[in-house]
Amino acid sequence: MFYREVGEFKTSYPQDSESFGIRLDKYGYYLVLFVAFALVPFMINDYWASAVLVPFLVWAIASLGLNILTGHCGQISLGTGGFMAVGAYSCYKLMTSFPDLNIIFCIILSGLITAGVGILFGIPSLRIKGFYLAVATLASQFFLVWLFNRVPWFYNYSASGQISTPERSVFGILVTGPNVQPWAQYMICLLFAFGLAWGCRNLTRGSLGRKWMATRDMDIAAEIIGVNLLQAKLSAFAISSFYIGIAGALFFSVYLGAVDATEAFGINQSFLVLFMIIIGGLGSILGSFIGAAFMVLFPVLLKNILVGWWEWDAALATHLEFISVGFLIIVFLIFEPHGLAQLWRLLKQKLRLWPYPH
Amino acid sequence: MDQTEATNRNDTLMDIVKVTLRFGGVKALSDVSFNIQRGEIRAIIGPNGAGKSSMLNVINGFYTPQEGEIWFEGKLRPRLKPHQIAYQRIARTFQNIALFEGMTVLDNMMTGRMIYMKSGLLSQLAWWGKAEREETENRLIVEKIIDFLEIQAIRKTPVGMLPYGLQKRVELGRALAAEPMLLLLDEPMAGMNNEEKEDMCRFILDVNEELGTTIALIEHDMGVVMDLADRVVVIDHGEKIADGQPDEVRNDQNVIDAYLGVSH
Repeated sequence: MFYREVGEFKTSYPQDSESFGIRLDKYGYYLVLFVAFALVPFMINDYWASAVLVPFLVWAIASLGLNILTGHCGQISLGTGGFMAVGAYSCYKLMTSFPDLNIIFCIILSGLITAGVGILFGIPSLRIKGFYLAVATLASQFFLVWLFNRVPWFYNYSASGQISTPERSVFGILVTGPNVQPWAQYMICLLFAFGLAWGCRNLTRGSLGRKWMATRDMDIAAEIIGVNLLQAKLSAFAISSFYIGIAGALFFSVYLGAVDATEAFGINQSFLVLFMIIIGGLGSILGSFIGAAFMVLFPVLLKNILVGWWEWDAALATHLEFISVGFLIIVFLIFEPHGLAQLWRLLKQKLRLWPYPH
Repeated sequence: MDQTEATNRNDTLMDIVKVTLRFGGVKALSDVSFNIQRGEIRAIIGPNGAGKSSMLNVINGFYTPQEGEIWFEGKLRPRLKPHQIAYQRIARTFQNIALFEGMTVLDNMMTGRMIYMKSGLLSQLAWWGKAEREETENRLIVEKIIDFLEIQAIRKTPVGMLPYGLQKRVELGRALAAEPMLLLLDEPMAGMNNEEKEDMCRFILDVNEELGTTIALIEHDMGVVMDLADRVVVIDHGEKIADGQPDEVRNDQNVIDAYLGVSH
């Protein structure tokens, strides 16, 4: 009854193209931000940070990245794990080579390095499309992980072949390493997630975003209208890889602390992120967050119920988790191919008319 | 003589000289020459498979002819990519609607303004400065075209949900958003009922008269062509068989033969 445009008068085009046009949407958005920035840091404990919130934010950044490439620009990629590995290893090399450099800059620079690698592996997209491109990006996945395992320079010749993060702080607050406080871990991921989501929204509503979507929907018409396809596709690869690289850097330095390329950045991670954006909603920023939340929270929830309450065997619970996630993905593909974000949109559409639908 | 020649050159927007286009062994166009004058409506007609659409594709650079020259605004056009030709302000619509289905009407038309939007990555990322200013300026022009085409009510509807006739109109709007010097219409009336055809004719005439846009169109509905066009060029089997005023063309024996067939 309260959710509608009635009584809101837009008097300029900037007002009309606001992200949250309806007042209730705007308040909801501010409420979420308030809870995330002002309440959660004071209530968070170690379990919530390491099992739920930090992985959720990191995967949300990765989904935002893949969603730019696949959801907005229409280029399927299975190289997400490989690009996350580039972000993680660049971050490690930067942190160990320049100990005085602030970790924030290390993470952003890792994103930029990943963007460069992304452009390189995006070049085939100019010639090949669809499934064939997906196979070509698989090459980047396997090649990059192989590279980081084989060249000892990347892991500083450590005996285990793993990389582990040194302790680094921002404004005197420790954010990486084993002694980090949960709220600091959470806050740095939240800041990156918020900034990147905001940037993603701005990019996708402007002329660059329209170039990407035009390329996705009808590339020939896009070219005739004046879109340089080469530039559009490569910029999507670059910016998508930038996001994924930052996700990889955070995944390694803030979340896990120590990683091994094969385990942490394997093909499974590429599929995980792809499932996130499919379940969440292709081409939707909210969808990236919902998808990441779903894929991170669902296993945790299932485990808590099955093992915690019903006291099942842990291995059995894990297998049941695989089965149910797989089942749910099939259900989503059949019943709501546009993902959870579309359900949210439909709900809002219904709410506008409620309770007098005629 | 020299005087008229000079004024002719000035009035000519595009001069197509002896264009030949081959696909392997197939000759889609052979030795076709005609010109398009500033401010006119130029129709290209011919039976199915005659090479009309190929001609349009040559004009907007989607195909590069093996032989021949294209003069645009008095300059010989070098070999360009289609997206570069868009910057010379040649816009077109397609025979089968080629809108961006996932985007709203407004976004589709804003994409038509692509060639005027030049803000940098950082400005767009922060939605500040040039990016925001540019968006508003271009929105103003798009809104004028929305008013002109009377599609205010569907501004924020995804185009995939619109009926066929409206989609055709939005596609015209997207082409107009580029403020083209030369507008190419590939069968703008295909598949429409009479009422929709009349609407579309009115829009085409208004574009031509009010905005002063030069139009080249392909159309199968002869009634429409004869009423709209200032001059008509007829293509059959990739060759030009007639060129002139609608009345001349209508009574040309070659044209009648091409359409009705001749006994051999």
